[in-house]
Amino acid sequence: MSTQAADTSVRTSIVVEAPLERAFKVFVEDFDRIKPREHNMLGVDIAETVFEPRVGGNIYDRGVDGSECRWARVLAYEPPDRVVFSWDISPHWQIETDPEKTSEVEVRFVSETPERTRVELEHRNLDRHGAGWEGAREGVAADQGWPLYLQRYADLLNV
Amino acid sequence: MQTYEVDGWTALGDPTRRAIFERIADRPRAVGELASELPVSRPAVSQHLKVLKNAGLVMDRADGTRRIYRLRPDGLGALRADLDRFWTQALAAYKAVVEQPPEEAP
Repeated sequence: MSTQAADTSVRTSIVVEAPLERAFKVFVEDFDRIKPREHNMLGVDIAETVFEPRVGGNIYDRGVDGSECRWARVLAYEPPDRVVFSWDISPHWQIETDPEKTSEVEVRFVSETPERTRVELEHRNLDRHGAGWEGAREGVAADQGWPLYLQRYADLLNV
Repeated sequence: MQTYEVDGWTALGDPTRRAIFERIADRPRAVGELASELPVSRPAVSQHLKVLKNAGLVMDRADGTRRIYRLRPDGLGALRADLDRFWTQALAAYKAVVEQPPEEAP
């Protein structure tokens, strides 16, 4: 596994022992198992996370009471090679309704051998979340939520 | 990458600390201001601010006899560092899932 980052993006990749088609399928269909349910903007526990496999679909969390939190829009869906989705979460753990203030994640699947696939992930345009960072609220109010949110996610995965 | 004694999520798990944090996010404030705006004593506010500071969420500076608290201006660098960690961990979880033998149909 390797990681690197450009100024306004984060890139990471991993090689998995799985054929290309399965690598893609599992990422989308089992996203619920990749993302812990504690990673949650709903007021209730998450029953499941759904990745709608089509352009225009959403990734959303469904709460145990039926409520939903749609926090990503699928921008490109090209099995088994590539998927792109938006990241519509504001710095204060709320859905960001302004697309201009969302970043995007591209995941590419590249076959290395018939049984091995390299998965490259790029989360880019991060500066969009910071629209206004240099402006209102002393220039610092908008940039705090994400790191906390993600740290919590990382901690959960790190167990 | 800095590490802190308390992670931010834990620090904000307390409703009073969350309220304090949100007020500081609105604009920098002094301890006395926060105590007057919230149903919390000044020593309690100071204690909450200490936790927020230890979590790397806020920073303070002296202004005469007052201390003014504001959010840490880490900005994009912090976001990138945490997203980098986030995705690295997520892909590790993904690898564990995808390399499991396919489940047999029941």
